Amino acid sequence: MSEARGVALRLEGVRKVFPPDFAVIEQIDLNIAAGEFVAILGPSGSGKSTLLRMIARLAEPSSGQILSEPISDQIAFVFQDAHLLPWRNVLDNAALPLELRGVPRAERLAKARVELKHVGLLDALERYPAELSGGMRMRVSLARALVTQPRLLLLDEPFAALDEITRFHLDVQLRQLWQRLGMTLIFVTHSISEAAFLANRAVVLSRRGGRVTLDRQIELPAERDNELRGDPRMGQEMRALLGAIEE
Amino acid sequence: MRALKAILPPLIPFVVITAAIEALVRSGLVKSYILPAPSAVFQAVIDNRGQLAQAMVKTSGSALLGFALSTLAGIGIAVLLSSSRWIERAFYPYAVFFQTVPIIAIAPLLVIWFGYGIQTVIASAFVVSIFPVIANTLTGILSTDPALIDLFRLYGATPFVTLLKLRFPAALPQILTGLRVAAGLAVIGAIVGEFIGGGGLGSVVDVARTQQRIDLVFAAVLLASILGLALFGLINLISRLTLRRWHASEQT
Repeated sequence: MSEARGVALRLEGVRKVFPPDFAVIEQIDLNIAAGEFVAILGPSGSGKSTLLRMIARLAEPSSGQILSEPISDQIAFVFQDAHLLPWRNVLDNAALPLELRGVPRAERLAKARVELKHVGLLDALERYPAELSGGMRMRVSLARALVTQPRLLLLDEPFAALDEITRFHLDVQLRQLWQRLGMTLIFVTHSISEAAFLANRAVVLSRRGGRVTLDRQIELPAERDNELRGDPRMGQEMRALLGAIEE
Repeated sequence: MRALKAILPPLIPFVVITAAIEALVRSGLVKSYILPAPSAVFQAVIDNRGQLAQAMVKTSGSALLGFALSTLAGIGIAVLLSSSRWIERAFYPYAVFFQTVPIIAIAPLLVIWFGYGIQTVIASAFVVSIFPVIANTLTGILSTDPALIDLFRLYGATPFVTLLKLRFPAALPQILTGLRVAAGLAVIGAIVGEFIGGGGLGSVVDVARTQQRIDLVFAAVLLASILGLALFGLINLISRLTLRRWHASEQT
């Protein structure tokens, strides 16, 4: 899987204003190295989702620019809810991005099957989204994102709607996926513990106006499992992040 | 057992009301030239079965054709309206205006345009039933999940592919709701058309009225309702089969 290396990103003076004059993002400068796992942490309304949409090129900054090195369209996006097509079964849902890019049916289904195997859904290929649990749906959504072998994976509070047990499990799975595939990963969340547990670097946004209030390396071991959640080092990281979040 | 559970609740009021009307008419409290006894209506159906069956076939043919036309045209128009905000703003008000024109008032116009006969009846069924198809399809297409539209954009889908693979299937539940309403309206439109354009159950009602055959009027009305119900049931069946596995409205 070495072909799916990450891209480096440079955000220069990025600003986003919604009409008439509401600045969701005041000014953000950020360098993200290829293959980095960055958590963007902030309360609701801090402009995290807007920032992510701009990185995905689904929205334009009002001023400033976002540079990608190398320039790549291998971007995948995972939303807060799974957002599957309810009229398609699991396999066809996971294969959708390849279908839209014109990959022949046999080839795209084979690739989708591989990704679904990685997220442990091989026995649910023929089932429909309405017949799955929330956690399973989110795993289909992850497989759909990975099927294009993205060099940049963007996740917008993907596990926020799930119960904690499922979320812990998916956190570990996501971390392993990233270690295996090595893409650049940006994970937007409002959960301090999730940011500390998952990321190698956490960027905290201010409550209003979207500025960076903290940019910190998370000093935790590379291999992470649920044991780590009770570890004092994890508590220390969480305290540091909490300190930067404005009341 | 399940079928019985579904049929029993509506069957009880039917039996009670029918029996009550029968009793009222037989006791002389209500004159039979105002309201015929259900048994007399039933007898009229039996006695005129040949004529009624022929009329029903004719009416259902016209209603179905009008319905098919409004399905095709309605979905087509909605897709066109959804293609741009500007087109929608410019033309949708006329679709609404079109719907508020009472069919009974324009039916004579239809005769002038299409002459006496089945064309007028089909046109009438079409005119009455197209609006709910347009309105529901348009709502369905425009209310597609914006996150999924983003996803399609992210993977480079053209607007046409997005319409075909996302917006249209996503709108299917609403489209079917529109068709359900349109099916009943198409039958009404066909009957109104037949009052003026001639033929079918509409003619039977009109002729029986002039002959003071109120039992036959009721018999024809009864059959017209059954026709509407049958069409409604057909759309329900189609909806159940297509949405069975994915839409909450069809899951028990």
